[in-house]
Order: sequence, then C-alpha cells, then structure tokens
Amino acid sequence: MATRSRIKTLKINGRDVSAHEDETILDVAMEHGVFIPTLCQIEGLTISGACRLCLVEVAGWRRLVPACATHVEEGMEINTDTERLRNYRRMIIELLFSEGNHVCAVCVSNGNCELQALAQRLGMDHVRFTNLQPVRLVDMTHDRFVLDRNRCILCLRCVRVCDEIEGAHTWDVKGRGSEARVVSDLATPWGDSATCTSCGKCVNVCPVGALVKKGRAIGEMVKRQDFLPYLSNMREVKK
Amino acid sequence: MTKVSVATVWLDGCSGCHMSLIDMDERLIDLADQIDVVYSPLVDRKEYPDWVDVALVEGAVSSTEDFEKIKKIRAHTGILVALGDCAVAANVPAMRNPFKVEDVMARGYFETAAIQHQVPCEVVPGLLPVVRPIHEVVKVDVFVQGCPPSADTIHYVITELLAGRAPVLYDRTRPGA
Ligand code: SF4
Ligand code: SF4
Ligand code: FES
Repeated sequence: MATRSRIKTLKINGRDVSAHEDETILDVAMEHGVFIPTLCQIEGLTISGACRLCLVEVAGWRRLVPACATHVEEGMEINTDTERLRNYRRMIIELLFSEGNHVCAVCVSNGNCELQALAQRLGMDHVRFTNLQPVRLVDMTHDRFVLDRNRCILCLRCVRVCDEIEGAHTWDVKGRGSEARVVSDLATPWGDSATCTSCGKCVNVCPVGALVKKGRAIGEMVKRQDFLPYLSNMREVKK
Repeated sequence: MTKVSVATVWLDGCSGCHMSLIDMDERLIDLADQIDVVYSPLVDRKEYPDWVDVALVEGAVSSTEDFEKIKKIRAHTGILVALGDCAVAANVPAMRNPFKVEDVMARGYFETAAIQHQVPCEVVPGLLPVVRPIHEVVKVDVFVQGCPPSADTIHYVITELLAGRAPVLYDRTRPGA
C-alpha cells in the first residue's frame, strides 16, 4: 500500500530544504540557521502565535503566516527576510514598547531582555508611536517574586508554563485588547495564591522584566530557561 | 578650512549624555580641529546662534522652556541629533506622565520637602502636562539611543556626520545601553 511521504521538500529564501511534515516553518528555519525573530514561542511549551513577530511570506499565499504556528507543506517557497517583513517586525516591536511602560535604563532586565535585544537586532532606533502610558499595577505580594505589568508584553509564556509544565495554572489573562492584564488566580494578589507553588518557572520563561525575582537591581535579573526543554522532553518520553 | 559648528543642548536629562561626551577624552582634541562648539552648557554663550550645523540634544521636552528651546533650535540647526534615551524616548523623565502635574509638584515640594514648602513660581519654568521625546515636538534627523550612549558611540556619530555619512547605530547602541 502506498503511503504518503512524510518528508516535505520546500524552499527557504531560495534554498532547497527538506523537513518532516510535523515540523513548523520555524523548526526548519532554525535547523538551517535561518534567523526568524520570535517572542511568544519558546521550546518546550505549546505554540500560541500571539506576538506575530515570526511572520513570513509564502509564495502564492496572500496572507503572511506565523512561522512558529505553520506546518511545512510540499513545495512551499518561504521568504523570511523581505523589506515588508522587516518593516512589520520593527512596527510590532515599536508597538510593544509604546503600549507598555518600558524604561530600559532603570529596568532589572536591562541587558538580559529578549524584547530589548530584538529591538536592537531589528534596527529600532526610536518608537514612532506615542507612548500610551497605561496605568498598570505592580504585584509585590509574593515572598520571592514580583510581577511588574508595566513591562509585560502578553506573550503568555507564564500562563502556559504554569499550566502545561508545573500543572498549577495560577496565571490567566483578564480584560481585552489594551486592557488585557496577566492575573493570578481570580485576579487576587499573587502572595495569597492557593495554587502557586513558588516554583519560579514563570519568572524564568518571561522574556522581559515583567516577572522577576525580588530584590534585583538594574540589569541584575538574569533568566534561566534551560530547564524547560528538559522537563517537556521527560513528559513526552512518559507518554 | 571652516569648521563645522556644533551645539550641545541639555533639556530634561541628568547630564549623563554630556558626561559621556566629555568621556571621549583625548579624541576631543582631534575633534577640536574640525568642529567649533558654539553653544553648550560647557561654553559661555547664552543665546542660540543664528545657524548651527549639528546640534546634539540631550534630554526630553518637559518644561515650557524646553519646548521653546527645541523649537528655536530646530529652526536654526542643520542636523538635529536626539542624544540618549531621554531625547529619543522621554525615558525616566516621562515616568511622571501617569500623574497630574499638581500631584507631581505636591510630591516634590511639599510631601518630601523638609523645609520651605512652596512651589517655585519665578525663574524655574513650568512643567508641561506630559513629558515628550523630541521627535514628537520637532523633526529629528539622527536618533542615538542609550542611557547614556557610550563615548565610542558619540564619537562614531560625530565622525560619521563630519564625513557626510548617516551613522548606522543599531549594532552600537540600544535603549538602556
Ligand atoms: S522589559 Fe526589556 S524592553 Fe522593557 S524596559 Fe525592561 S529591559 Fe527594556
Ligand atoms: S508576565 Fe512575562 S511571561 Fe507573562 S505574559 Fe507578561 S511578558 Fe509574557
Ligand atoms: S513567535 Fe510566532 S507568533 Fe510569536
């Protein structure tokens, strides 16, 4: 009986590549050393497709597609680095800066921040949009950690890691659009949480200075993310 | 050879960008052959000249004085460089923006002051309702991020401009650098 080939051949930036059908465009790009910027995606958690930074062009498709959330298909011709994509990516980064309160100079994550690093890599020299200066509350009620919503980019890595890996599901999102905020339990103080195990996984996967350890001074908050692929692989093996 | 005229301006910033400028050390001596610093907190001239080729502006636009100054500078300057995060993004000075000016004044001059509880009404310029980055008030030609940008970055910017090139900065500096 003839079985469908599970290996797909496609092109990335004009280069012929092959990939397993389970792989996403981002997986293949990374295997071949092609850089696609990402923020919400992190190895070891489910895909969310929230940040749209990884948008790529596929020849013949009218829409841009998120590389992290799109599986490879036979004959795809993908472009990851065009003028249009560079413009959109810069715009997305600038919008993230303008809708929160980011003051890198006095941020605990200065120098160790994925948003800041991408802003630099993607060539943001200033933010063209007026800062919204939203009022966002800081939660300092936890013994060891702080949630500073001023820096949050709503990537939802914290929500996913807490639910999928730790199994506590402390985090959720309340509100919509520019009012959306990360909240613990039913929007109660983090320090009072009955579900939080204080494992610190959310703090370490948070790409920015939103979830941090208490008592860190400017630039002192360094995240450790190496545990994540390890833990999620262990789960796969068990399955 | 006529020298390129340069102004350095200090709006609402901590003067850190000017410290970084001075931190170019002996490279300033070489630059002195090519540029003439015609207006600066570092030179004794009170009025902005009729024409300046390059202005390096530190700080955000926070007060009525900053606002008037930057308008005037723009009108009398060739290349306007926003120097540092306060100039580029309003940065730390803008952290007062979520609060009303009266509340900010009350905090600074009453609640946290041990003596002399009064709001200054002479000499000191009034605060604008919101602190803004320079490009939201006048056109900016070159954005130099960093808090402060390093002496090397500033040196690069000046030498590139002197050579008639637009500085390419993303691999040299970043917000908060
Ligand atoms: S979270 Fe990152 S981008 Fe935001 S202020 Fe902190 S260092 Fe800057
Ligand atoms: S707190 Fe951090 S991990 Fe959670 S959504 Fe905000 S930026 Fe993402
Ligand atoms: S990384 Fe793909 S949408 Fe965020």
